[in-house]
Amino acid sequence: MVKKAIVLKAPGTNNDCETRFALKRAGAQPSIVHINRIASGEVKLDDFAIMAIPGGFSYGDELGGGKVFSLFLKHRFKESFEKFIKKGKLVVGICNGFQVLVKTNVFPELGSLQRLSLTSNDCGTFVCRWTELEVDTGKFWFSGLDRRIKLPIAHAEGKFSGDKDILENISGQGQIAVKYLDNPNGSCMDIAGIVNRQGNVLGLMPHPERYLFGYQYPELFREKQDAWGMKIYRNIVKNA
Amino acid sequence: MRVDLIKMSAGELEKLSREYLLSLTLEEMETVREYFSRKKRQPSRLELECIAQTWSEHCKHKTMTGSVDYTENCEKKLYGNLLKETVFEAIEEMDTSHCLSIFKDNAGIISFTAGWGIAIKAETHNHPSAIEPYGGASTGAGGVIRDILGAGLGAKPVLNLDVFCFGLQDTPHCEIPPGVLHPMRVFRGVVKGVRDYSNRMGIPTSSGAIVFDRGYTYNPLVYCGTIGIIPEKFVNKKVKGGDLILVIGGKTGRDGLHGATFSSAGLDDEADSACVQIGDPITEKKFSDILLKLRDAGLYSSVTDCGAGGLSSAVGEMARETGAVVNLEKVPLKQQGMEAWEIFLSESQERMVLSVPADKLERAALLLESEDVEYACIGTFGGDSLKIFYNNAVQAELDMDFLHCGYPGIVRRGVWEDKSPDKLSVKQADPAEILSKIFADPNVASKEKVVRQYDHEVQGSAVIRPLEGIKQDQPQDGCVIRPMLENSAGIAVGLGINPFYGKQDPYRMALSVSEEAVRNAVSCGGDIRRAALMDNFCWGDTSDSRILGELVRACKGCGDASRMLKIPFISGKDSLNNFYTAAAGVKINIPGTLLVSCVAPVEDVALSCRSAFSSPANYIYLAGETFCEMGQSMLARTSFCSGSRPPLLREGLSPKILEFIRRCIRSGLLESCHDLSEGGLALAAAEMCFSGIGAEIDISPVELKERADESSKLLKLFSESNSRFLIEVKAENARRVESLMDVPLKLIGKTAAGGILNIRDGNNTLMKEKSDKFKEIYRGSLKW
Repeated sequence: MVKKAIVLKAPGTNNDCETRFALKRAGAQPSIVHINRIASGEVKLDDFAIMAIPGGFSYGDELGGGKVFSLFLKHRFKESFEKFIKKGKLVVGICNGFQVLVKTNVFPELGSLQRLSLTSNDCGTFVCRWTELEVDTGKFWFSGLDRRIKLPIAHAEGKFSGDKDILENISGQGQIAVKYLDNPNGSCMDIAGIVNRQGNVLGLMPHPERYLFGYQYPELFREKQDAWGMKIYRNIVKNA
Repeated sequence: MRVDLIKMSAGELEKLSREYLLSLTLEEMETVREYFSRKKRQPSRLELECIAQTWSEHCKHKTMTGSVDYTENCEKKLYGNLLKETVFEAIEEMDTSHCLSIFKDNAGIISFTAGWGIAIKAETHNHPSAIEPYGGASTGAGGVIRDILGAGLGAKPVLNLDVFCFGLQDTPHCEIPPGVLHPMRVFRGVVKGVRDYSNRMGIPTSSGAIVFDRGYTYNPLVYCGTIGIIPEKFVNKKVKGGDLILVIGGKTGRDGLHGATFSSAGLDDEADSACVQIGDPITEKKFSDILLKLRDAGLYSSVTDCGAGGLSSAVGEMARETGAVVNLEKVPLKQQGMEAWEIFLSESQERMVLSVPADKLERAALLLESEDVEYACIGTFGGDSLKIFYNNAVQAELDMDFLHCGYPGIVRRGVWEDKSPDKLSVKQADPAEILSKIFADPNVASKEKVVRQYDHEVQGSAVIRPLEGIKQDQPQDGCVIRPMLENSAGIAVGLGINPFYGKQDPYRMALSVSEEAVRNAVSCGGDIRRAALMDNFCWGDTSDSRILGELVRACKGCGDASRMLKIPFISGKDSLNNFYTAAAGVKINIPGTLLVSCVAPVEDVALSCRSAFSSPANYIYLAGETFCEMGQSMLARTSFCSGSRPPLLREGLSPKILEFIRRCIRSGLLESCHDLSEGGLALAAAEMCFSGIGAEIDISPVELKERADESSKLLKLFSESNSRFLIEVKAENARRVESLMDVPLKLIGKTAAGGILNIRDGNNTLMKEKSDKFKEIYRGSLKW
């Protein structure tokens, strides 16, 4: 059966095309949908098995990364969005999409008050570079990958933060999915990505959709090997 | 409001031009006066502003496309059209079958792959960036992106390139006159401005350069370029009479009045930041997505962006053959109470003008509304003249012929005197010490602190980034992107800029930077047989015949380079009047600066090539010939030598070497390839070692043309002769590389494990250093 994927787009979203491409290459049937079309009722979230919230600068990040976009999910589409998660369908938010999810009420679990955030990098500027990551290969999202992988980041607000309690809580519940080995932004506990308690929502700052082919790797070309980012998308589609 | 023009005296005309910031000369004002006397009526302010904008240097390029009475070393020549008779002249005699649009549209377009073309354009935003660095630079980026969106029927932006020229970072504050911002402040503001616009637009920035020189303290340069891809079937556009004039995007406000005329004059301590616009990238991002959908649905017949001169320029250009009727009260405004001329001339950002056939308006409107893009129908094309109404009253009625062709045309004078340089003299010094000094020069030092702030990975298209390697500390010659994820073809881009050569001879500068751009594109895998060049001149006060003479020299250099390289210039732009009037009326000009960009398709990105050594025990060859060309070289600029001239280009050598590199890379024979430019062989070899792989190099096989004495080893190491590359070749490929073509090729060493750069001259060791030592200097010498 073809798995339908929705790539949600708001004004300022700009990683939608490569995210759609990655999902398609992984075997899903993706479409980019502007949130206006959900607001108008023309498109229903319920029709999809996978939701991707891609990177970019939704609404210019004027109130903080992903904040305005998150209000749509939290209030305007509350019912259908929560139903999507409760049904166990897969949601992945990358970069700006992770910022959106963190500011929606999905972490550590649906209905929580926001106690986590992604704030300005310690270095104070936007940073674009490749990072070394350690992924939890016990989670289906990363199964079959090497424990240590490399993916690029590109963000100004990627510092994962929260108070001690909540950080211990998500750590204790095994919700930390991806850690930086070379923390580029000052994230607490080197966190680069987390999942919700149910395990069907993943938020991460690095960009798997930017490493689908060997030639995209900044060291020697390794064209024949399936790139780590591509494997993550294959896992998403396989498990949806 | 009517202006009492017809009876004005010469003095009054000049005063009016100054007061209204029209930047028109007396002769031009007299032409305007004559036109209205013939019409037997007084002009409105709107009409004067329209004419001034259309005739501005910024929009009309009247110097570059005008007549120049030129004297070079007592020999006279009259150019009827400077640009045509120099830069383009070579086009006549070369194969341009891959060029789809040359110098006629918003951007130049060449063919790419599978029915697609590549559009390229670069603009400058120098004056706005001088007085308001963040806003000026960000709208520079926003503007050139719109140029690409308005190229043909609209191209999709896939790459940004940025080149900045600033004063020295450590300029003492007491040396900065009133009204001028410190170079450090300009640097930070410009970097952030371009960063925030480009990143928000989701366009990777992978190509760029930063130049530091005292000459840019008063007038920095900000070049912003964009490359786009466009289906070949959408390359041509034509407005039809009866089409509606649709403005889409942002609202119109008082921001940025007089940008076109302001940038056509010099700067002084009273330059007003109200001339600078405010950028809003999200508005631009919104309509850029929708515009391409409208294009694909065939809902408009032509498009252009609102840049300098606002609606006046956009509508004026589009209506050239049809005329137009505009109703200004229909333009959506940011504030009430704007006058007619303010609405028409406003340079508010993020606006495009479309010509939409009436029967397609409804479908276009639906699409625009679906993603909240504002639009307004402000009139109709047709009617032969430009007729502008505001609240039903006629505010302007100008003949298109007068507006576009009524400009009086002037003859300017240019002079160039060749000065023979001093005899070359070289100081004896330790090569490692020289190299350390060169790496510490901010012009050579790593721009990593800036590069990191630009997203070069967005769109998932990065193949060769500005800095490669997993730690991303290995500088690359050019960049390669793969803009269509489903297609393995790529685009290589190389840049060339070196105002230092130009200080000595703009002709040699133009030759050198043109080839440098091509070298940078070919060394990462560009197919230079299908390539194109773009020129961007930034010059000083060209009413000074000496400065115009330098510009003519540079134009001649571009023409000769194009002819020798057999690559056409397809797009370009000039920004003149880059000077600052200091106290007592002294004009401080920038060094004449030419940026050349080369864009070349890459057949398959899997065959692109990086610039750092890849593994030990490979052969290192030097391709090309080394001459004593040390004028304004890094060796000279670090005071280790003086005299001599900047490098030349040699017709028998350059195209052959470039073709050799192309074939080597195309056949997969190179492990890495680095062109030799500033800092010569020594610097290129050291940079190649930044991957951690070292090299054992013997320069004794290198022949130094013209000279053989004690200083020749330093000259071999640091000469900046053109048409040279270092290439890394696996032992098993060595014979194929050597027999591929008959070019000057010398085996000079091998790569080695351990990260040591070891250079000797026969048995005499010249340098044995850890490459990390240089890398540290390289990475640490730029302040942020």
